[in-house]
Amino acid sequence: MMETLKFSHMAKRRLSGTKGQAIIGVVASGNLEVLLERVLPEAACEVEIATPLTGYGETWKAVVAEFVERSSPGGLRISINDGGARPDTVFLRLMQGSALMETD
Amino acid sequence: MEDAATTGQASWFQATARQRVAGLLDPNSFTEFLGPSERVRSPHLHLFDLPSAFDDGVVIGRGALDGKPVLVAAQEGQFMGGTFAEVSGAKMVGLLRAARDHKNLPQTVLLLMDSGGVRLQEANAGELAVAELMRAIVEARCSGVAVIALIGGRAGAFGGAGLTTATCSRVAVSEQGRIAVSGPEVIETNKGVEEFDAENKALVWSTDGGKNRRLIGGADTFAEDSMDGFRAAAKALMAKVPAFDLNTMQAEQERLATRQKRFGACDDAVSMWRILGIKEPEAIRDMDSKEFAALANSIKEANHDAR
Repeated sequence: MMETLKFSHMAKRRLSGTKGQAIIGVVASGNLEVLLERVLPEAACEVEIATPLTGYGETWKAVVAEFVERSSPGGLRISINDGGARPDTVFLRLMQGSALMETD
Repeated sequence: MEDAATTGQASWFQATARQRVAGLLDPNSFTEFLGPSERVRSPHLHLFDLPSAFDDGVVIGRGALDGKPVLVAAQEGQFMGGTFAEVSGAKMVGLLRAARDHKNLPQTVLLLMDSGGVRLQEANAGELAVAELMRAIVEARCSGVAVIALIGGRAGAFGGAGLTTATCSRVAVSEQGRIAVSGPEVIETNKGVEEFDAENKALVWSTDGGKNRRLIGGADTFAEDSMDGFRAAAKALMAKVPAFDLNTMQAEQERLATRQKRFGACDDAVSMWRILGIKEPEAIRDMDSKEFAALANSIKEANHDAR
């Protein structure tokens, strides 16, 4: 069974930049695809994950919380298609994605 | 988006489909059709508890190469092996049909193939997609559209991707780019190890690899494995696309018949290269791109007006 996880956060501030959307990564073994869209009001941030590996909800929760703390992605809806990535790869892709959204 | 992975000497083989599109086209010239935020995904993969991709593994759109308008489709070889499926196939077919029907669209289509063939989880849809794509390419060519295949990805161009490549107006390949229909394991399984030893990597690469495809006329130019390399190759091919008429068809038929006659008895690539008159065929494997491209340009069979 695929597992779907959804996390809602209030970031410290709105992410800088005006880029509307960005995508990074590929759905492949040990990798993942992260789609970022600037569609939410102010500092709100939502992360939705579809993963074929079930039972890792707590790990995802921790990685997403750390990412929100570190990059303050206010205004972003983030959608993830996971190919079985390790937490460090997930964190890297999230940081790469938010950096892309900050470029104009 | 410009980053190190999309510029200049970055490897085409290592890059993702999106990085290739960015590295191939003029900076910021690309506009995507049915981009990832539209979420046009496979309707089948969830039935198998498999993750889908927001673009189903194909990126399509329009842009410019050296100022000339082009349409582009790029397969993501890392997602499910870059496979042909219902949505990914329909995106490519739609692009070709649009080029055929709308003369205000760019009349050059670049196909960045990177696929092992049909996606087995949606095999019927995938087989249909391959057939539709080949027809769409031929119809587009009939209406004057140039369709150029660029082969240099990790998955190569096998199965439907190999067939599709063979229907294009022109083909560019890098050393790492493999073009074939059945993969080595498939041939070995069906015909036995005497026919093709899939474990023998030197044999497999010298047969399916870009150098052999270029030398025997299966590709029209040899690209260095980089963004700049494929940019230069695409540019060169765009400048000399053959008309798609009876003369070209007859020339292609004759080219293939001659090839069959000359190489039909060969059991490896080196013996084909010897027939081509190459003095030291064993040296081909270690030749760098520049030296090899020059050699290939001097071989008659590799340079034809057919296809």
